[in-house]
Amino acid sequence: MTDFERRSIISGIGQSAVGRRLNRTGLDLTIEAALLAIDDAGLTVGDIDGLATYPGGGSPAGAGFSGPGTPEVQDALRLELNWHSGGIEGPAQLAAVVNAVMAVGAGLARHVLVYRTVTEATEQGTGGRQGIGTGGGGISGSMQWNIPFRAYSAANWLAMNAQRHFHEFGTTREQLGQIAVTARRHAGLNPKAVYRDPMSLDDYLSARMISTPFGLYDCDVPVDGSTALIVSRAEHAADLDHPVARVEAVGTALRGRPSWDQFDDLTTMAARDAGAHLWSRTDLTPADVDVAELYDGFSFLAMTWIEALGFCARGEGGPFVEGGHRISLDGELPLNTNGGQLSGGRLHGFGFLHEACLQLRGEAGERQVAGAEVAVVGNGGGPIAGAMLFTREA
Amino acid sequence: MSDLPFRVQPQLDDTNRFFWTSGEDGELRFLRCGGCGYFLHPPGPRCPVCGGPELTPEPVSGRAVVSTFTVNHQPWVGEAEPYVIAIVELVEQEGLRLTTNIVGCPVDEVRIGMDVQVTFEHQPPVWFPLFERVPA
Repeated sequence: MTDFERRSIISGIGQSAVGRRLNRTGLDLTIEAALLAIDDAGLTVGDIDGLATYPGGGSPAGAGFSGPGTPEVQDALRLELNWHSGGIEGPAQLAAVVNAVMAVGAGLARHVLVYRTVTEATEQGTGGRQGIGTGGGGISGSMQWNIPFRAYSAANWLAMNAQRHFHEFGTTREQLGQIAVTARRHAGLNPKAVYRDPMSLDDYLSARMISTPFGLYDCDVPVDGSTALIVSRAEHAADLDHPVARVEAVGTALRGRPSWDQFDDLTTMAARDAGAHLWSRTDLTPADVDVAELYDGFSFLAMTWIEALGFCARGEGGPFVEGGHRISLDGELPLNTNGGQLSGGRLHGFGFLHEACLQLRGEAGERQVAGAEVAVVGNGGGPIAGAMLFTREA
Repeated sequence: MSDLPFRVQPQLDDTNRFFWTSGEDGELRFLRCGGCGYFLHPPGPRCPVCGGPELTPEPVSGRAVVSTFTVNHQPWVGEAEPYVIAIVELVEQEGLRLTTNIVGCPVDEVRIGMDVQVTFEHQPPVWFPLFERVPA
């Protein structure tokens, strides 16, 4: 195999404290996570020669969303870099990881520190969750086509995708709710998850409505936290005293129109393209997957990923998750084993990477899926999406 | 000043001004390619189908069908809930869609597939294209 993906492993992982309103800076959390990941990878700070993040510093997407940019992290750790990259455009949050894997595959770097940091809970303070553009002033670019119609949030945009799915395929809130209820059950086994109390389907159904068909528990919960991982040359695996996640394939395609309302199939959106692309780059198949860590900024996104990655046919996500058996830890497709973002907290894509690595290494504690050898991660949804497939290398 | 509930205003420029002010004479307009007849939205410099450069704003019927919708209950701003956000598809061309609001009808009566017609809400300098149910 000569594909660039298989020249890389995730040699180390690290995660800062995770919680509601930690009142720590993004840089502080990032350095905590980075030093843990570097140590886990059997390296020292001086070994790091690449640096990547999503979305990079100074993103206008709201307070606490960006985390520190690469210059701040490089300077804080006094890194001497051969390659560095930060940016918001690409295959969702995974853009940073895919870029790092490409840099390693191309020989530009040997050990890349990749991180994603959020302080949305602290920045949000005690007020409610903010919509985009509600501060007044005019809006330009692509957001001008939905914000003026009081569609202030991805909750509104994705609710319309879900409603279309309900209409075309007969999907129900009872089915969708299983994604949230199952995630909560898994969160109960994750000491770092923010919502761990049991939640029933009745609790889910009776929660206040946000934007039909989404109720409160269809939406993830803002937190503070930083996740870091080290993308290393595959040869480094032999130097480590723990198993690692080897990169098997990436899914980075985007073929539909990159727009919330112009994408051809409103029931699938970009995950469709990233999912198909992923399987075109590997000999493995959906049947080989032992653990699925699929973006659930909203419950419906995890359902679209289940369909997009071919675990069921298009439109059959509702029946697939019904009752929650298939997506439980002992089911055929254990889903979001750390509680996802719905109950674990919105670490914005990178929490799924961290959990996939823990599962493949056999270090997931009470929530460990026995014999996990292959894990898939989907990030994003709506008009941007990226996917990665990992295998265990002992 | 208007007494209407708050809307974020688009920043008008030479590319989008025709769209956001089109309702002044009661007509909804999209850029249309003079070469192949394709309606282009959002506006751009070239026809993405044939590459033609002759794009001019052209009125459409304003008739559309609800592709999907949501009833928003969350008080993002806190003065218009509950309200309906929808994606509608104009009858002139498959896939020619707008995000909009459905107005003039109880929020629980909106359905996918419902026939709707453009109506404009004037909050200077913009005429916002909203849609209302076509009487059966």
